[in-house]
Amino acid sequence: MLPIHLRRLEAESIEIMRDVVAEFERPVMLYSIGKDSSVMLHIAIKAFYPAKLPFPLLHVDTTWKFREMISFRDATAKRLGLDLIVHINKEGIARGINPIDSGSALHTQVMKTDALKQALDLHGFDAAFGGARRDEEKSRAKERILSFRSAGHVWDPRNQRPELWSLFNTRIRQGETMRVFAMSNWTELDVWEYIMLEKIPVVPLYFAKQRPTVRRNGATIMIDDKRLPLNCGETPEMRMIRFRTLGCYPLSGAIESDAMAIEDIVAEMQTATVSERQGRLIDVDEAASMEKKKREGYF
Amino acid sequence: MFVKPATEAVPARTKDQLRFITCGSVDDGKSTLIGRLLHDSKMIYHDQLTVLERDSIKHGSAGNDIDFALLMDGLEAEREQGITIDVAYRFFTTPRRSFMVADTPGHEQYTRNMATGASHAQLAIILIDARKGVMVQTRRHSFICSLLGIRHVVLAVNKIDLVAYNKECFDRIARDYLAFAAGLGFTSIVPIPISGRYGDNVVDRSAHANWYDGPCLLEHLESIDIPSGTAGQAFRFPVQWVNRPNPDFRGYAGTVASGRISAGDEIVVAASGRTTRIKRIVTHDGDLVGAEAGDAVTITLEDEIDIGRGDILSRPDDRPKVAGQFAAYVIWMDKEPLAPGRNYVLRIGSQTITGSISAIRHRIDVNTCEHLAAGMLSLNEIAFCDVATAMPAVFDPYDLNRKTGSFIFIDHYTNRTVGAGMIAFPLRRDTNIARQALSVDRRERAALKNQKPCVIWFTGLSGAGKTTIANLVDQKLCGMSRHAMLLDGDNLRHGLNADLGFSETDRVENIRRVAEVAKLMADSGLIVICSFISPSRAERDRVRGLVGKEEFIEVFVDTPIEECARRDPKGLYSKVKSGKIKNFTGIDSCYEAPTTPDVHLRTMEQTLEHSAEAVVDVLMARSILDG
Repeated sequence: MLPIHLRRLEAESIEIMRDVVAEFERPVMLYSIGKDSSVMLHIAIKAFYPAKLPFPLLHVDTTWKFREMISFRDATAKRLGLDLIVHINKEGIARGINPIDSGSALHTQVMKTDALKQALDLHGFDAAFGGARRDEEKSRAKERILSFRSAGHVWDPRNQRPELWSLFNTRIRQGETMRVFAMSNWTELDVWEYIMLEKIPVVPLYFAKQRPTVRRNGATIMIDDKRLPLNCGETPEMRMIRFRTLGCYPLSGAIESDAMAIEDIVAEMQTATVSERQGRLIDVDEAASMEKKKREGYF
Repeated sequence: MFVKPATEAVPARTKDQLRFITCGSVDDGKSTLIGRLLHDSKMIYHDQLTVLERDSIKHGSAGNDIDFALLMDGLEAEREQGITIDVAYRFFTTPRRSFMVADTPGHEQYTRNMATGASHAQLAIILIDARKGVMVQTRRHSFICSLLGIRHVVLAVNKIDLVAYNKECFDRIARDYLAFAAGLGFTSIVPIPISGRYGDNVVDRSAHANWYDGPCLLEHLESIDIPSGTAGQAFRFPVQWVNRPNPDFRGYAGTVASGRISAGDEIVVAASGRTTRIKRIVTHDGDLVGAEAGDAVTITLEDEIDIGRGDILSRPDDRPKVAGQFAAYVIWMDKEPLAPGRNYVLRIGSQTITGSISAIRHRIDVNTCEHLAAGMLSLNEIAFCDVATAMPAVFDPYDLNRKTGSFIFIDHYTNRTVGAGMIAFPLRRDTNIARQALSVDRRERAALKNQKPCVIWFTGLSGAGKTTIANLVDQKLCGMSRHAMLLDGDNLRHGLNADLGFSETDRVENIRRVAEVAKLMADSGLIVICSFISPSRAERDRVRGLVGKEEFIEVFVDTPIEECARRDPKGLYSKVKSGKIKNFTGIDSCYEAPTTPDVHLRTMEQTLEHSAEAVVDVLMARSILDG
């Protein structure tokens, strides 16, 4: 049996998911393949059991995810019989947008943010579940559980609906949408403890292993395929690393770690001295950058 | 990769997460206190500290020291203005417990934000500046916390360093506060002398205030026992979603709001009065023998009875209240004031019902708790009100149950969340009436008449031709030996509704009564023909909800207003023109045309006879006239 605090968090997430499915016409779950998505998916399956998931999953593929993420995604979809939609911004591909030449900001804007908006519009989804948590980042701390987006997916932090008790205002007009953060009140440690106790499969990149890496601007980048050009004098080195968060591989910083099992990760978490977003190269420019990205429709 | 089962690393935390709110104005050092709490309990990571140090130089107000307030004030605008304008949720975990902190602004113009934060909290830290003592804002914060049902308070006497760690000063403030808070219903009040800036008694014991022998703030938060309490109360299970994966399974998904239940126990559906027993308590991890407050489960029942989202299951001997009117504390949260009589969407648990404030009994001054007269309610004002709902709502007093006693107001037009309410008690002469289930049901009554009951609802402007066509339909049905009954707006206003005028509240009540009468008649097997202007879409939707959408046929008698005014069969339009009538639908009061009526009659294009036939055709197509 789960400890009480995890049982309560799980029940809270289930309650949110059921409410959204009861009130919206076309919900979707954004599946990013990471640990938070894995937990969110696991909880969703519990929430609607014995029925199958009453919504599809959407993965916005930037084409720069780690290869192990993609194989994990496909295996998960097959194992659980999921209705998985994979969306790639074809226009971005045609324009040759990539994280190396275009820079992280443009790549993220085109291949993640724009791609997400395209996919939501294309399928007419009116509510999208995301696995973001309030403990991740400062502007997320003020995020609602049901986050209202006006037509065009715009987030206006000044015009969010007050959220009291667990009484969600699910009313929207044509063209407006809702982002739903069912795991808002989970912490990174809660997520790992839950993964451990519920035996939830996660991408192997979270566990330490010898992997080929280069060091750039203080970050350790894994060489996942031949697309990462080596700078002059740079040679790949094998390092014992793992990831706390996963994204596009050239933008994901690894940490040196010996945590090879889930218990090791939980133990490491309890003594961690840096935040999980530290490995995210797309956040570092300035403190308000996440807020800016969110206003433009980033998850 | 599949994770191996856990062997030894089991979390040491055995207590539930504690959710608390911090109340204080900017100057009280609230954000600094929370920042300090996070920092001293090693919950701020190195990289965050780096950013903080950089930001402290740029925006900070603590000289060369780290400004912990910057950790909490997340949004750009707030950092620039140096104030907290929204609710921020912070998380930290100690080996003993995990915490969620709602950090909310303390100024009076942010009462709604504070109420929002308080609605999620079990405990409040109320900050007082040791130099200033109990102030008006302290009273306001305490009152709002009490109103929102918080029962545990920490009185953090902050900036104790600035009064030279003076014991007498601390004692005086504690004494003042205890005297003031006596009437607010708090179960525990723990005063602690602290310094957010220097960390005294936050995480570590103060070396300067050695006269204080109580707990440090964190120590108290880690150890205080706040029984969720709700498990010991009456069983309430609001149905959120009906789970029907196949014809053999029908489960009701929801979270137990309070109390506990076991398989085999008898339950009643509060709104309909139907009783049955719990068959199974289903979860993905296997069936449970019992479930208690906080558990998210799916329940199946012994008998197939009609249950949907919004229904509440309880035990037959301890039922929630069912009433269409109740008294409640209301906090207004929108720039547009609350107007009594105006319709709002109310969300009460998983029920969504149209409702309005029928009377503001008194407004409450949040600073003095004084009762004041009020005709309306503006942003951030709180009042004790009578609320009327279009359909009976199922609820408990908020004092007894936060889950089933709270509700929000949503504006029909803007969809904004405009208010929040806490139910005090039902308004009805006899509160001991529970709904009785009858043995002969409506299907059997209808079968005797060889017809299927329904409600045909004619809507349209005054003079559109509703009653004329309705009358023709009635005649045709009579000629076909069908049992029908025509309810006409004007006729009912001579009797049943003689006490009602044309204010928005009265119009709502008018339609509510008509809908109830129509439903009774349909229940007895009749085809009920109703002719009412019924300008509000929400109102008509409500009737549809009451009658059931399968049996509700909306007929839109579509005549342009110029034509209605030209016909003017009752001479009303000329009276409007001369200013003798106000609030006339289509002129100075809005008519919301149906978007998808079951029958759309364009009277400029077809005769009355054809219109009536079109209605009868729909009845035939729906097999209503099949014997």
